[in-house]
Amino acid sequence: MKLDKIQQYLLKEIADLTDVPAGAYNIRSNSQSIGRQSSANITITPKTDVSGIDIRIKDGTKNESVHIPVVMTESGLKEEVYNDFYVGDNADVEIVAGCGIDNCGNHDSEHDGIHRFFVGKNSKVKYVEKHFGSGEGSGKRILNPVTEVYMEENSFVEMEMVQIKGVDDTVRTTIAELKEGASLVVRERLMTHNEQKAYSIYTVSLNGKNSTADVVSRAVARDNSYQKFEAKIVGNAECKGHTECDSIIMDNGQILAVPALEANNVDASLVHEAAIGKIAGEQIDKLMTLGLTEAEAEQEIINGFLR
Amino acid sequence: MLKIENLSFNVNSGEKEIIKNISLEIPDGKLIVVTGPNGGGKSTLAKLIAGLEKPSEGKIFFKGEDITDMSITDRAKLGIAFAFQQPVKFKGIRVIDLIRLSAGKELSIAEACEYLSLVGLCAREYIDREVNSSLSGGELKRIEIAIVLARKSLLTVFDEPEAGIDLWSFSNLIDVFRQQREEIKDRSILIISHQERILNIADEIVVLNNGEIEKHGKKDELLPELIGTSAAVAKCKGIKKELDD
Ligand SMILES: Nc1ncnc2c1ncn2[C@@H]1O[C@H](COP(=O)(O)OP(=O)(O)OP(=O)(O)O)[C@@H](O)[C@H]1O
Ligand SMILES: [Mg+2]
Repeated sequence: MKLDKIQQYLLKEIADLTDVPAGAYNIRSNSQSIGRQSSANITITPKTDVSGIDIRIKDGTKNESVHIPVVMTESGLKEEVYNDFYVGDNADVEIVAGCGIDNCGNHDSEHDGIHRFFVGKNSKVKYVEKHFGSGEGSGKRILNPVTEVYMEENSFVEMEMVQIKGVDDTVRTTIAELKEGASLVVRERLMTHNEQKAYSIYTVSLNGKNSTADVVSRAVARDNSYQKFEAKIVGNAECKGHTECDSIIMDNGQILAVPALEANNVDASLVHEAAIGKIAGEQIDKLMTLGLTEAEAEQEIINGFLR
Repeated sequence: MLKIENLSFNVNSGEKEIIKNISLEIPDGKLIVVTGPNGGGKSTLAKLIAGLEKPSEGKIFFKGEDITDMSITDRAKLGIAFAFQQPVKFKGIRVIDLIRLSAGKELSIAEACEYLSLVGLCAREYIDREVNSSLSGGELKRIEIAIVLARKSLLTVFDEPEAGIDLWSFSNLIDVFRQQREEIKDRSILIISHQERILNIADEIVVLNNGEIEKHGKKDELLPELIGTSAAVAKCKGIKKELDD
């Protein structure tokens, strides 16, 4: 597998990869798989009906990882990719996905990844997804990820979703369904600038007794960008749900936060919090007394906020 | 070190005068303690010195240079440091980050930890903590002091450093202030405080009341006079009068 400079740069940004990863992986570049490896417990096979792969993780697989990064460097590509993860029972794995688009041309590049997770009983999954765009072309970099998570009894899923730079247009749709004792944690970090638009929509259904969800988004909207965060937690059983959207708004940015709760069971306990505001003046003042300029202070505050 | 000339600060478009035509000089190498009743204008004076507020009238000179119109950043770069009365909280910024920014260089973890030890915090437990509301009031206050110590500034202003700090740590804190003076030649320290033990280590004491300097003199002369009088404790004349009426 040979990677050019831009491909290497994108892989570093989205998956922190400088080399072929250990364990199972599939690296997709400009709509083709350019490297694929299964391991003893994790098999990756291409789909035959649509573009995409099936990732099957055996029962009891522990401390293994799967990397499935996607890079696009040709202007004007548009693709829809279906990746299904079948995680067996009693597994403990890390899945690193992510998409980097470099668009130097004037045609839009678009990657729509549809990820479905079927997480077995008592399994633990950590999912990391980073989205990143670069390139000076007038063509847009568009990402519309759809993530579906189906969680069996007592499974645990932690999702870290990050989009910090360069994605012009994004609609992120995440749905999750949890059975008894299952637990979902989502940490989303989003920054938009220039004329970018980002929609992030979550629907989490707590269907089983003692299931829990904690969905927290931290977002920064600068320049003329627009963000809409819509999180709905549905409690259909005795369960606990919490959603939080904490946003910093700058320049002419716009943010619409729509937290929603639906309780269909008297023992459902659901909480939402949403806050939008500019950077606190006293935070800037404090950092300036340490010798930072106003611009440097803002940058530090945002870096910390999105850490 | 610092010279303040006829400084005034008004709010509500001049209706309310918080600092009234104050002149004060802080000599090189001296420790000055400013005391006085709540609402007397002490914190406002500190903010005017550090540049967080701009005076309505008057001038401020630092080492002979007129800094009245200088930004907070430029004053910090010249050598003015300021530990806030109410420490600022952040999201995601850790103690180590603030100590490094303050020192202005890539300190090692061990070097950064030394500043926390100075204020009596077990460094390893705190260095990676976020500076947010999960820290207790006293912890935040000590971290604020540690951060400011890392600047090694020529003039450091501490606004009620003792507030919220337990008795045991308090003695250490006094030692820290003493040592600070020896570390850098001619360094001056201005501490705003209501504590007799801090007043006791001062070279000079200033009593600020109702926006004016009510008293200013050598510690030995002023302290006996202040202790046991009402000058250093809050007066409530205004309210009492209202209630009487
Ligand atoms: N921006 C402002 N607008 C209106 N009033 C203000 C403003 N800043 C300060 N004040 C008022 O000025 C007075 C002095 O405040 P300052 O914080 O300087 O007092 P202090 O001496 O530090 O008191 P303490 O001992 O309680 O800390 C107070 O009455 C305060 O309410
Ligand atoms: Mg004060």
